[in-house]
Amino acid sequence: MHSKQSKWLWAASLLVYGFLYLPLVIVVVYSFNDSRLNAEWVGFTTHWYGVLFADDQMLTAARNSLLIGLVSSIFATFFGTLAGLAMYKYKLRLLPILVLTPIAIPEILMALSLLMFFVALNFSMGYLSIGLAHIAFSIGFVAIVVRSRLQGMDESLVEAARDLGAAPLQAFWQVTFPLILPGIIAGALMAFTLSIDDFVITYFVAGAGASTLPLQIYSMLKIAVTPEVNAISSLLMLLTLALIVIAAKIAPGALRASH
Amino acid sequence: MARSKNLAKWLISGPPLLYLIFFFAIPTAMMAFAAFRFPGDYGGLMPLFGADPATGKNVLLVNSHNWHDYLTLDNFARFFQEAVYIELFIKSFGYALLTTLLCLLASYPLAWLIARSPKKWRDLLVLLVILPFWSNFLIRVYAWMIILGPQGYFAKLVNTVLGVVGIAPQQFLFTPFAVIIVLVYVHLPFMVLPLYANLEKHDMALLDAAQDLGASRWQRFWKVTWPLSLPGVYAGAALVFIPALGIFAVPDLVGGTDGIMIGNLIKQQFLDSRDWPFGSVLSIMLTLSVLIMAGLMAMLGRGGKRNAL
Amino acid sequence: MALLEIRDVVKRFGDFTAVNHVSLSVEAGEFFTLLGPSGCGKTTLLRMLAGFEEPDEGQLLLDGQPLNGVPPEKRPVHTVFQSYALFPHMTVEHNVAFPLKMAKVPADQIKARVAEVLEDVRLTQFARRFPHELSGGQRQRVAIARALVNRPRVLLLDEPLSALDAKLREQMQLELINLQKEVGITFIYVTHDQGEALALSHRIAVMSQGQVEQLDAPENIYSYPKSRFVADFIGQCNLLDATITEIAADRMKVEIPGVGTAEVLPVAGATVGQQGTLTLRPEKIKLGATLPANVPDEIHFKGKVHDCLYLGDVTVYIVELENGTRIETMLPNAAPGRARFFDDNDQVELAWRFDAGHFLLA
Repeated sequence: MHSKQSKWLWAASLLVYGFLYLPLVIVVVYSFNDSRLNAEWVGFTTHWYGVLFADDQMLTAARNSLLIGLVSSIFATFFGTLAGLAMYKYKLRLLPILVLTPIAIPEILMALSLLMFFVALNFSMGYLSIGLAHIAFSIGFVAIVVRSRLQGMDESLVEAARDLGAAPLQAFWQVTFPLILPGIIAGALMAFTLSIDDFVITYFVAGAGASTLPLQIYSMLKIAVTPEVNAISSLLMLLTLALIVIAAKIAPGALRASH
Repeated sequence: MARSKNLAKWLISGPPLLYLIFFFAIPTAMMAFAAFRFPGDYGGLMPLFGADPATGKNVLLVNSHNWHDYLTLDNFARFFQEAVYIELFIKSFGYALLTTLLCLLASYPLAWLIARSPKKWRDLLVLLVILPFWSNFLIRVYAWMIILGPQGYFAKLVNTVLGVVGIAPQQFLFTPFAVIIVLVYVHLPFMVLPLYANLEKHDMALLDAAQDLGASRWQRFWKVTWPLSLPGVYAGAALVFIPALGIFAVPDLVGGTDGIMIGNLIKQQFLDSRDWPFGSVLSIMLTLSVLIMAGLMAMLGRGGKRNAL
Repeated sequence: MALLEIRDVVKRFGDFTAVNHVSLSVEAGEFFTLLGPSGCGKTTLLRMLAGFEEPDEGQLLLDGQPLNGVPPEKRPVHTVFQSYALFPHMTVEHNVAFPLKMAKVPADQIKARVAEVLEDVRLTQFARRFPHELSGGQRQRVAIARALVNRPRVLLLDEPLSALDAKLREQMQLELINLQKEVGITFIYVTHDQGEALALSHRIAVMSQGQVEQLDAPENIYSYPKSRFVADFIGQCNLLDATITEIAADRMKVEIPGVGTAEVLPVAGATVGQQGTLTLRPEKIKLGATLPANVPDEIHFKGKVHDCLYLGDVTVYIVELENGTRIETMLPNAAPGRARFFDDNDQVELAWRFDAGHFLLA
């Protein structure tokens, strides 16, 4: 159209894409760097992956993260799907506020209030408190995805099902549920990623002794960082990428629904 | 009929409602209340319950006579009396604002390009913006610790240039500069997406019409595209500014002592000084700031929409 | 006894009364149409029959049994939706089998009946396709097949042709008429398209502002509209305000202000001096450069062409009478190559028989 204008646009956009990807590429490249310092390229090695797989603390943290992610995303998906349905079907006042504010406010506020809450209840903090907190902040994300899926659905489909002889519950399971399933899956994957990714809230409600991958990475960044962090980071990125590919395969609409 | 409908409503909305009341509403209320309490002898909060001296049973210690021994406004007074806190708030506002502006500057051409590219490319180009955002938050911060590190290529290159002017060597990591660049990095998609969603809906015929009526390229942008995109700009600004204002991990990892923000102060009050009431005051002030900014953006966004029509 | 009876039904949404004391009955085997502009209450009435809305007042009876309070799934009434509402995650055959499954029909019978009804709507080879792989007309036929498969007592159709293009719409109209004859099921059809209503229906109820304005056979609705609204809504119509000046046994005289006196068919209950409207269809008005005057039973006026609209098969002329009143008329372009007979500002003459129009008392 305007070739000169679009040349500038392309240049600026490529610069932004470069800005987005270059740092991650550097992390991956340096995971193969034969140097303790993440400064200059010295030579190729897979040494740091070896170190990683011999690091019991890191592996335990990874296992904990996966487990917490799995369990909390199941519960968050259940609560979030119900919340999405309720917000779509009924005119509610309290629920949308409770569902949406945790997403909107800075994480640290929720982290501290949960910390005080658990302390006040004399709740011994650990994996359970981490899981409960993760469910609380993931519900909203699942609810939003499920609700947007419902809003995109032709309302007369449910009426058609009722009209053709389906009782309300039958209409839900035969028509509504299969149609919002991609949204539910997308929501579940989001909840899982959010849980695995979360640092701030976990940091405050973990208590002593509990460790997750972000906590472990954080303490290494704070105290003594080696390219082992690059190695675990690269593997985590690979895992995320795999999840996205799976999501795109089993629910082609899921990616679209999530943004 | 009506009763069974009500039952269904409660069965569906009840579980998430109860969960969020328990794990979000009550904790939030407790934090707001804590701002009016005294710190405990060993940090945390001064207990409201305790052993009754007469019976030894666990009872509520506060009553209508002694409530001022348990509840106070001192924490708020401290916030307003000591300039360092207000100054830190102003500084954090400045960081968040600068982050928002830089995000807008970087996002606009990109969002425009995606919105104007052929339909089949758009989803992919959007996905490419979100993809890095799905990698772990700490990894994204860590990447910049590598880049900005004193022995890294970036520092060496820039310091060589600065050496010519005679102001080398400069440190980049653990400075406000690092905080801003990482804040921009982690929040960029939040600006691109709403902008793109807005720009995608623009009717290209409007620009053709403007051109037809003799508007230059800059006029076309400032008179047509920009005002129409304002709702997207405000939405993106809210999505960047609010989390950036309350951020804790970024300044903590790359900010050094100069680069700290509200979030770090709050964390310090809770975990290091263990002054929970004052930490709660800071949290309330942060919440208020966020609410005011969110309200402002929503108001501007609506106004922008109205102007655009 | 009528198959379906609607007795004094009222439905309100907040302050808005969507359906306002409507009563009508539909006979078995009838093709019955609810016609009216959007917001007239026709769709609300249909939704009450389907069970998606409950009337605030009045009764709905099917075979003499009350329908009020019966949930949609328990009514022997099926709907063809405007959007078709085909289940996007099911193939054509699963869509059509859905009502049978819900009715717990044995699997082998389901198969046979689905095959049969798909045959009826000529979709057998599309049985395994998903709705998004079908054309608009095919989707439409799936929706009808699905609604007919377990033989409801009444089929409700909510603007089912509005999503199709003009050509396909005409073809589907013919198919609908034939289908209804074949299956003999009562159709209740909702549309805002008067042409569709006239073409399809045995009887039409014209609705406006929540009320039935006129209920009659299509030809009567067209020729003898009972109100200005009906006359205006159905087809093109000249509406001339007039006052009755004389009443005789077989005709009456009316004075059209500024135009002159015209004879019309008498109307029951009319009195001299009463105001009203003369309705006159364009195609019933003769138009020519000169027309013989003083023809018995004919009214004759002079004017000039103000505008013409060439429509292909006919040309519409807007003729302005000497006093400024404009009358719409038309001539078929039957002669070969002839596009129009007159141009703007040509002097012309108009005439119509006294029984061409229809007088409405105010």
